[in-house]
Amino acid sequence: METPNVYAYKLITRKEYFSPGHRACQGCAEVLAVRLVSKALGRDTIVASATGCMEIVSSPIPFTNWRVPWIHVAFENAAAVASGVEAGIKVLMRKGRIPKKKINFIAMAGDGGTSDIGVQALSGALERGHDFTYICYDNEAYMNTGIQRSSSTPFGAATTTSPAGSVVPGQVTWKKNMPEIAAAHNIPYVATACPSYPIDLIEKIKKAARTKGPAYVHILSVCPTGWRMPPEHAIKAGRLAVETGIFPLYEVDKGRYRLTVKVENLRPVGDYLKMQGRFRHLDEGMIEVIQKRVDKEYKKLIKKME
Amino acid sequence: MGNRIGLEVSLSAAEAVKMANVDCIAAYPITPQTHIVEHLSELVNDGHLDAEFIPVESEHSAMSVCAGVSAAGARVFTCTSSQGLALMNEIVHIVASMRLPIVTILANRSLSGPLSIWNDHTDVMSIRDCGWIQVFANNGQEVFDHVLFGFKVAENENVMLPLMIHIDGFILTHVIEPVEFWEKDQVEKYLPVFKPVHSLHPDKPVTMGAFGMPFIFSEAKVAQDEPLIQSKSVITAAWKELGDITGRYYKPVETYRNDDAETLFITQGSYGDTVSLVVDELREEGKSVGLVMDRLWRPFPFNEFRDAVKNADNLIIIDRAISYGGQGGPLAIELRSVMYGEKNQPAITNFICGLAGRDMTIKDFKNIYQRAMEKVKGITLEEDYEYYGVRGK
Ligand SMILES: Cc1ncc(C[n+]2csc(CCOP(=O)(O)OP(=O)(O)O)c2C)c(N)n1
Ligand code: SF4
Ligand SMILES: [Mg+2]
Repeated sequence: METPNVYAYKLITRKEYFSPGHRACQGCAEVLAVRLVSKALGRDTIVASATGCMEIVSSPIPFTNWRVPWIHVAFENAAAVASGVEAGIKVLMRKGRIPKKKINFIAMAGDGGTSDIGVQALSGALERGHDFTYICYDNEAYMNTGIQRSSSTPFGAATTTSPAGSVVPGQVTWKKNMPEIAAAHNIPYVATACPSYPIDLIEKIKKAARTKGPAYVHILSVCPTGWRMPPEHAIKAGRLAVETGIFPLYEVDKGRYRLTVKVENLRPVGDYLKMQGRFRHLDEGMIEVIQKRVDKEYKKLIKKME
Repeated sequence: MGNRIGLEVSLSAAEAVKMANVDCIAAYPITPQTHIVEHLSELVNDGHLDAEFIPVESEHSAMSVCAGVSAAGARVFTCTSSQGLALMNEIVHIVASMRLPIVTILANRSLSGPLSIWNDHTDVMSIRDCGWIQVFANNGQEVFDHVLFGFKVAENENVMLPLMIHIDGFILTHVIEPVEFWEKDQVEKYLPVFKPVHSLHPDKPVTMGAFGMPFIFSEAKVAQDEPLIQSKSVITAAWKELGDITGRYYKPVETYRNDDAETLFITQGSYGDTVSLVVDELREEGKSVGLVMDRLWRPFPFNEFRDAVKNADNLIIIDRAISYGGQGGPLAIELRSVMYGEKNQPAITNFICGLAGRDMTIKDFKNIYQRAMEKVKGITLEEDYEYYGVRGK
C-alpha cells in the first residue's frame, strides 16, 4: 500500500465469494480476512481449509458459505490436500481432460493448524514447490476448541491452557515466527497482512496467487472473543498491532524484504496490550520485557531490508 | 492376454498401477512396501507413465494428497504398511466418508511394538472399521488383477468408495512369481477413464467435507454404509468381467476341497496357498479336511461364507492378529458372530500364529490340526483361542 487513497476502497470488488450468513462471532476479524481474501482471489479458485473456526462457521451440513469450490479434510493437512488438488488439476489439464486455465490453489488454516500440528505438511508442500498459496489466519490461539494456547500465542497472553496464575503469568514462551519459517524454505513469496489494512491485504493475496510456485501469507486476525475485548475494537486492535511494531506488515518477494506499511514512530506496546483482557494481568515490568523484545525483533526485521 | 513373465510381486503391482493409467501417486516409503513406490517413481521418471509422483513427507500427507487429487477428479494410488497406515489412520477414515475412490495397496506388516518389519495382519485389523472396501490378494497374479479391479469397483458411480488391497509383506511383496500382463485394449475396455460424480472445479463449485451436527450425522453415516454394503454386486460383476477377459474367476470366499470336509481351515491372505498343501497331505492320511479362504473382507460376504462352511463340523480359524483381552483373534471373533444362530453350529477353534513373520510350515499347520481335533474332543475346550508355537506357553 504505497499511497493509501480514500477512493481505493471503492475499487474493491463488490462480488462476494464467501457469502453472508456464516456463524462467526460478532466483530471477528478472522472471518473478515477470509472475506477479503476471497474477494482478492475471485472465482477461479479452489480452497482447501483446515479444521478450525473458519471451517466450522462456514460449513454446517446442509449449508455452505463457499461460492468457490472448497474442501475440508482434517486439522493438520490443509497444505497436503491443496498439494493434491493442485497436482490433480495440473495433470488433468496436461492430459487434456479439462480445459487449461489459471486456477488459484489455496490452503488455509489457523495458527494452530499452521505453526503447530500442520507445520510438517506445510513444510513438505513448500519444499515440493507446489503452485499454491498457503494462508495462515493467526488469531494467536486455538479458538475453535475454546481459546487454548498455541505456539503462536504471544508472551504474556492468558489462554485457557496458559492461564494467568499466581505463579505462572500466562504464556511464558515467545510467539513462533512462522513467516520467517516459511521464508526459510526459499519460496518465491512470503507476506504478512492484517484485515485492518484491507488494500494491503488484497494486494498481497493477489500477488501471492500470481506467484508461480508456493506463496505464504500470514494474516493477523483479531479474535475479540479469545482476546477478551469488545467486538467493535477488532479493527483498531489490528492497527495497533502494526503501529506498535508487534506485527509489522512486510513481504519477502524472491528473497527481498520490504515493509509495505511504514510506521514513522512506533507506539508503545502498552497501547495495544492494555485494550485486551488476555493481557489484563500484566504489570509494568512484564510490559517492559515485551517492549524490549518487540524493539529487538523489529530492528532485526528492518536490518533485513537494508 | 499379454506376456506371462516372472516378476517380483511389488513390480507387478507397480506395472498394474501403470496399466491403470493413474494420474497421481503420493507415497512415503516403508518396508515392505518400498519396491512398489520405487518402481512407480522409475516408471514416471523414465516417461513410461504420465502421472504426477508426489514424494510426500509422511503417510498422513500421502493420504491427504490422495484426498485432494481424488476430489479434483483424478485417479490416484498410494501404498503403505504397518506404521505408515497407523500414521495415516485419521485420513483413511475421512476419505471413506467423503466417498473418494482412492486405491491403496497395504503390504501387510506387524504394528509396533516391538518394532518389526515382518508380515502379519495386525495392521489390517487396525482399520477393519474404516469404511473401505477391502480385499486380500494372495499371489502375484491376483495382486496385478486386483489393482485394475480395484479402480473399476472404487470408481463405479454407485460405489465411489476407497478400496484397499491387502498383500502379505515379504511373503508376497519380495518374491518373484509368474504374472500374466493384460493387453492395453483389454485394460481400456475394463477400466475406462475415471468420471467423478463431483469434483472440485471453479465452473461448478461444490463444498466437500462439511461438518455434521447431531441432527444429520447418523443419516450421513448410514448414507456411507449403504453403498459399501451394496458394493457387493458391483464387486461380483467386476470379478465376472475380469474372469471373462482373463479366465481367472475370483470369488468373495475361495474354497478348496471343502464340500465333503468335516474340518475346515479358515484363512486370509497368502497362508491359503500353504494350507491347501496341508489339506492335500491330510487327505492322503485319510483325514476329512478342506479349506475356506476369505478374500473379500469388507463388505463381508455373509452368505458365501455360511454356504462354504455349511457341511463342516469343525472350523479351525487361523488368525494373524491379536485382539488384546478379546475373545480370540479378530477373524475368529468376527466369524463366531457370523455363525451365531446357524442351525448346524460347527465347533470353532482359533489359533493365533505367524505373528511378525514367524514361519508357519506345513508341519505347523498339521500340528494345529492335531491340536484342534484334541480340543473339539473336549480335552482342553476351556480355552477359546490359543497362541500357536509360542515358547513358554
Ligand atoms: C488431530 C486433531 N487434533 C485436535 C483437534 C481439535 N481441534 C479442532 S480445531 C482446533 C484448534 C484450531 O485452532 P487454529 O488452527 O488456531 O484455528 P482457529 O480455530 O483459532 O481459527 C483443535 C485443537 C482436531 N480436530 N484434530
Ligand atoms: S472465536 Fe474468534 S476467530 Fe473464532 S469465530 Fe469467534 S471471533 Fe472469530
Ligand atoms: Mg487460532
